[in-house]
Amino acid sequence: MTPLERYESLVDDVEAFRAACDRPLPSVVRVNTIKATVERVREALDEEGIAHEPADWHPGVLRLPEDSPGRNWPHAHGWIHGQEEVSNLPAQILDPQPGDRVWDACAAPGSKTTQLAALMDDSGLLVGNDNNLGRLSALRHNAERLGVTNLVVTNQDARNFSLKPLGEGSDDPATVDAFDAALVDAPCSCEGTIRKNPDAFDTWSLDHVHSVAGVQKGILRRAIQATCPGGTVVYSTCTFAPEENEAVLNHVLQEEACRLVDFDAPLDGIPGVTEWEGEEYDPSVEKALRIYPHHNDTGGFFCAKLEVGE
Amino acid sequence: MSDANDGQRFDRLPATADEREVAGRATRHEVIEWWVDRFGLPEDTFDGYTFWEKGAGKIWIFADDVPSPTDVEGLGMTFLRTRQEHWKPTTNAVQRFGRAAARNVIVLDPDEATRFLAGEDLEPAWDGDWGYLIVAHEIAGGVEPIGVGLYVHDELRSVIPKGRRASLSPPE
Repeated sequence: MTPLERYESLVDDVEAFRAACDRPLPSVVRVNTIKATVERVREALDEEGIAHEPADWHPGVLRLPEDSPGRNWPHAHGWIHGQEEVSNLPAQILDPQPGDRVWDACAAPGSKTTQLAALMDDSGLLVGNDNNLGRLSALRHNAERLGVTNLVVTNQDARNFSLKPLGEGSDDPATVDAFDAALVDAPCSCEGTIRKNPDAFDTWSLDHVHSVAGVQKGILRRAIQATCPGGTVVYSTCTFAPEENEAVLNHVLQEEACRLVDFDAPLDGIPGVTEWEGEEYDPSVEKALRIYPHHNDTGGFFCAKLEVGE
Repeated sequence: MSDANDGQRFDRLPATADEREVAGRATRHEVIEWWVDRFGLPEDTFDGYTFWEKGAGKIWIFADDVPSPTDVEGLGMTFLRTRQEHWKPTTNAVQRFGRAAARNVIVLDPDEATRFLAGEDLEPAWDGDWGYLIVAHEIAGGVEPIGVGLYVHDELRSVIPKGRRASLSPPE
């Protein structure tokens, strides 16, 4: 049994699901509004004869049907960034505002981090953290190319992230004691990226699913603790396993002061599942969104929005 | 407070020379004045930003503020190299802030621009200052900075970092 067959009981249209998983993904870029407008990027692509069409749900997400995203002037200027269409979703759902203090717990290589910076108009405080120093250099490279100036890069284990380097507990007026919002785009088994990485299943095992779910629970709990009451935490993965998705939400609902909230999803998907292999989850996990590759012709994805309580 | 630069942490630049405690450290005033003098940027371009040194003479620009010193991996964007004879802006800072420049901007023709981005040195027509220039080209209805060039002895040297150089696909 392949990992995908494992989820066929959860999928609404198994034939369409299988067919989509076998197709390669189109090349997609996000317009970086820190440096350019959508209109100017489209004009520049036209000047170079590069075909482009906007995603129907987002004018700043452009499909390049005949080109790779990296060898053109808009890329050299940092006006565009190659980013899979569905991976544009979590930052949109988090919806940070200019001036906010935002934590991206698993930031490298920085597609979603730089998107958060753009949504904040490059103002306020954005902390991009990753536990892997090598991947942090990719994050810094991408952030600088895209002209981000509001990013603090940290190298910690997100499960016990410390605000001490940001001055926590001191009386300095610039001290950061908590965040207004956090994004947990968690390390996962990446089943939803099979269209991009055909070898994604080579290293798949149920043990790995359970092991990474434990890490995800730790990171999401810390994100909720580090966010102000009333603040927002968005949890996302690019995988289908309920152990890494709804079960993680179910765990933090029991352990931390938070609740799942509804959100308007600009992409099609289906609700989170409330039971899996004999386990039952909190009914509110239905508020999460499961996106399968055939829903929008993208990769697979999972996204949930939480509000932090007192 | 130590009077030596600690290259492992971020320290906020002193506002002016009167507040300087670390020998050789650039001040906020000097950094802004350099960009305004050299490239004719509006005086208020950097209002609201803080400036930091980490590493010898490596200046970073940050859109917000945190307590100083701070021990993190990155703080905003690398911006300027000081502690050398001629201060040198970074490619990324020039791309981000150079659009507002009013002088020492050289606008290349399309072929020259492509070669410059690939890292080639050029001999364009230029009768302005020697030293670091903002190198730009026309794209999508406006002049856009590509990066930094060093103009000496009638030659424009591309100092685009290796990781930002690119060979563009020829048009169809």
